Amino acid sequence: MPEHTFRVNGEQVTVDVDSDVRLLWVLRDVLGITGPKYGCGINVCKACTSHLNGRAFNPCAVPVRDLRPGDEVVTIEGLAATAGGDLHPMQQAWLDHDVVQCGYCQPGQIMAAVDLVRRVAAEGRDITDADLDGIRNICRCGTYARIREAIRAAAGS
Amino acid sequence: MATSRRRFLGYVLAAPVLVAAASPGEAQAAELLDLNDIMTAAALPTSGLITVEINTDGTVSFALPRAEVGQGITTSTAMLIAEELAVPVHRVRVTLADARPELLFNQLTGASNTTIATYTPIRVAAAVARKRLLAAAAVEFGSDDLRLADGVISTADGRRIGIGELAAKAASPRTLAVPVELTAKDDFTVIGRPHGRVDARDAVTGRKKFAMDLAVPGAKPAMVCRPPTINGKPGTVANLDEVRAMPGVTDVVTISTGVAVRAETFGQCIDAVRALRVSWKPGTVEGKSDESVLRELAAAELPLGPRPITPYVEGRFTFHFRSNSALEPNCAIADVRNGRAEIWSALKSPIVAKQTIAARLGLPVGAVTVHVTEGGGSFGRKLFFDAALEAAEMSQKIGKPVKLMWHRADDSRQGRTHPMATSRVRIAYAGNLVLGFEQRHTSVTTDLGHGLGELFTAMAAKLPIGDKAFAQTFFQFSHTSPYDFGLHSRLLSETGKGFNTGSMRNVYSPDTTTARELVVDQVAGRMGRDPYRFRHDMLRGERSRAVLRTVAEAGGWGRKLPAGVAQGIAFHAEYKAVSACLVEIDCRPETVNRPIRDGVAGPRVTRATFAVDVGLAVNPLGLQAQMMGCVMDGIALTLTSSLHLRDGYFLEASWDNYFYTRQWNTPPELRIIIMPSDSDQPGGAGELGVSAAMAAVACAYGRATGTMPTTFPINHGTLSFVPKPTVPPIPASPVDGLDHVR
Repeated sequence: MPEHTFRVNGEQVTVDVDSDVRLLWVLRDVLGITGPKYGCGINVCKACTSHLNGRAFNPCAVPVRDLRPGDEVVTIEGLAATAGGDLHPMQQAWLDHDVVQCGYCQPGQIMAAVDLVRRVAAEGRDITDADLDGIRNICRCGTYARIREAIRAAAGS
Repeated sequence: MATSRRRFLGYVLAAPVLVAAASPGEAQAAELLDLNDIMTAAALPTSGLITVEINTDGTVSFALPRAEVGQGITTSTAMLIAEELAVPVHRVRVTLADARPELLFNQLTGASNTTIATYTPIRVAAAVARKRLLAAAAVEFGSDDLRLADGVISTADGRRIGIGELAAKAASPRTLAVPVELTAKDDFTVIGRPHGRVDARDAVTGRKKFAMDLAVPGAKPAMVCRPPTINGKPGTVANLDEVRAMPGVTDVVTISTGVAVRAETFGQCIDAVRALRVSWKPGTVEGKSDESVLRELAAAELPLGPRPITPYVEGRFTFHFRSNSALEPNCAIADVRNGRAEIWSALKSPIVAKQTIAARLGLPVGAVTVHVTEGGGSFGRKLFFDAALEAAEMSQKIGKPVKLMWHRADDSRQGRTHPMATSRVRIAYAGNLVLGFEQRHTSVTTDLGHGLGELFTAMAAKLPIGDKAFAQTFFQFSHTSPYDFGLHSRLLSETGKGFNTGSMRNVYSPDTTTARELVVDQVAGRMGRDPYRFRHDMLRGERSRAVLRTVAEAGGWGRKLPAGVAQGIAFHAEYKAVSACLVEIDCRPETVNRPIRDGVAGPRVTRATFAVDVGLAVNPLGLQAQMMGCVMDGIALTLTSSLHLRDGYFLEASWDNYFYTRQWNTPPELRIIIMPSDSDQPGGAGELGVSAAMAAVACAYGRATGTMPTTFPINHGTLSFVPKPTVPPIPASPVDGLDHVR
């Protein structure tokens, strides 16, 4: 089987797996990184949202062959380290607003939220209701209102 | 119920460290007035089998015989123990108990009953532990003048000992009966104060483990290739050898529900499922459609009484099939080898699961171990154990452990549904008096075969309605008559088998309440009364009127709004709690037609105010979260979320087909008000808020559009997506993920 080399949460990894296996399964089933969740497998629910080179992406829709040795994948497990602490400010905001219910979608929600704040900041503006309406991550517990509060708080801090 | 300190009896059990339990509280069994009384009474006889254990490291362990699926009961339970034991909440370790058949009816998570049923027994067990710890410390220090705080017992002269050091000394070699008093409500320092979820940090860091995150040795990913119609059965497989040779595939085997594959990764399972060429036998609802089921319901409807001689208002409402899929799909790990079975899954009825799995496998019940994992949502879905049964069957057949998961398309198309129903309501009135309320609810049969039926049967002798079928029992006991509407007559009729149904959050009540509240608005209109004032005057009990008044005042009932924007108000009581909701909905064309990619925009609830009185709220923060989620469910049920049945299968196969509330449907303004209460008993909350929210949105929509909506959700007549194929049963995984990176 072909080998694929890339970086995950600050460490270089090499996996021996079929080229078209989607990265979500390489993370979960091969590497045992289970923070990114399965919710649909077709890039709709966004529960697997992680970061590739600092931008949000959905590993359920990326064959492992698309990754290059220099590519840096950050999952929820590696998010705090990107901010140099025990918790990323977005994770802290999530705790402050007691956002979580069952928690299944929340790793994806947080990774999407970090990316939204990054994009809005790059445009030099504040978060709007339209930005928050545009988040596609589904939460079947219906934590949407607290997600909105937490993102606004983290963006403002 | 007295608010003073009541005496209870508990036990110290024979053990090397301190283990305490409540005594079976038969003295508490009061009149059985509603569903929760029945469940609480059924749980009481075994409450002495549930124990609080003090560990030598100063932590406290408690294996909760219920399922945590997001509703927050691990947190509230830790709070109850922390209160009685005077330890910090974070030192209480609440885990989920394995299936324990000896608990009989005391390990069923449903009907929002957990806190109601466990509130006293858990505190009694903790109080017994406290009393024993203090007694052990008294021996240690030779003093009775002791204080227990933060898990440390101290004397007036400053000597201190942690409860961990006393865990062995406070233990007993034989079981002892211990009378205790519980902390009085006025002295609470933990119960009733907002507390963040105990698992929040694990959840936000990705450490929280769900069933599919567990590393059980040898349990490789598995999926099932399912039939194109509901409950079709597998026939022959044309290309078995070819699929067995696919990359990563280790096993392909026919099971009762389809053709199961096991592979190194779920990605390879998906590819194998898609490659299988199976000849399918017919399903259990072959050829049926929304239209044909509606005709069956019409034929099964029970007649209303004789037409009143006074004026009356009638309404007939249709509620389409809805999915109770959680975000975590049906899934389970099973290891069935050498005459033993071990199962891991999020299960709300683990005893029934254990017994059913044992029967299916031909094993003694004692040879089956069932571990209850934390669940990624339930909404009724996890009352059943469909994936655990399949995983057990597959593991037995191939002799290897499996980690079996349903694809989202499977979960939506073959998973359990809230059955389609119609509700007919008639309210008779004369002048300003309401004379009678009749409701005929007709539903596709709801499968309650997850232990609740057995519970009712066991309690039947104590129920005042005799041996009616338990669906009727459930219906009658889950409904109250909140309004002073004269003579009430409320009947359920069920019809049709063959669908995979189950309770969905709040079961019958969201539909029956929405039907009722819409007709209440009509009656108020006929009488020329304000809909809020009319409800307020008709509601029984100050507690009910207070929640309604609160949302009317806080939500600005009657405030001026543009044409096309309107308010709706509704009330619901259940689970020993009362609730009211006031929403504002924007039905103007520019809002309804706002562009949303692969989703439904539609009317937007712009503001929601919700008031709830559950009696004593153990954790107000958790209660608030539940009510917020209930509002989101209510919005979806009225406006957007349903399953479309055609030719014996549901068209929906994705979260972009089944339109549960998304961020673009969320009210920008949402306020939950928890009513102050002098009650010393908690009510149920997990499902409570759905009914009032759904009904308020429906009433607001009716007012904004000048119509009375009669079919739910209101967009059901418009199919807002292109249905995915049924063969292969699951869609291909996309490969263009990097094209969407912004």
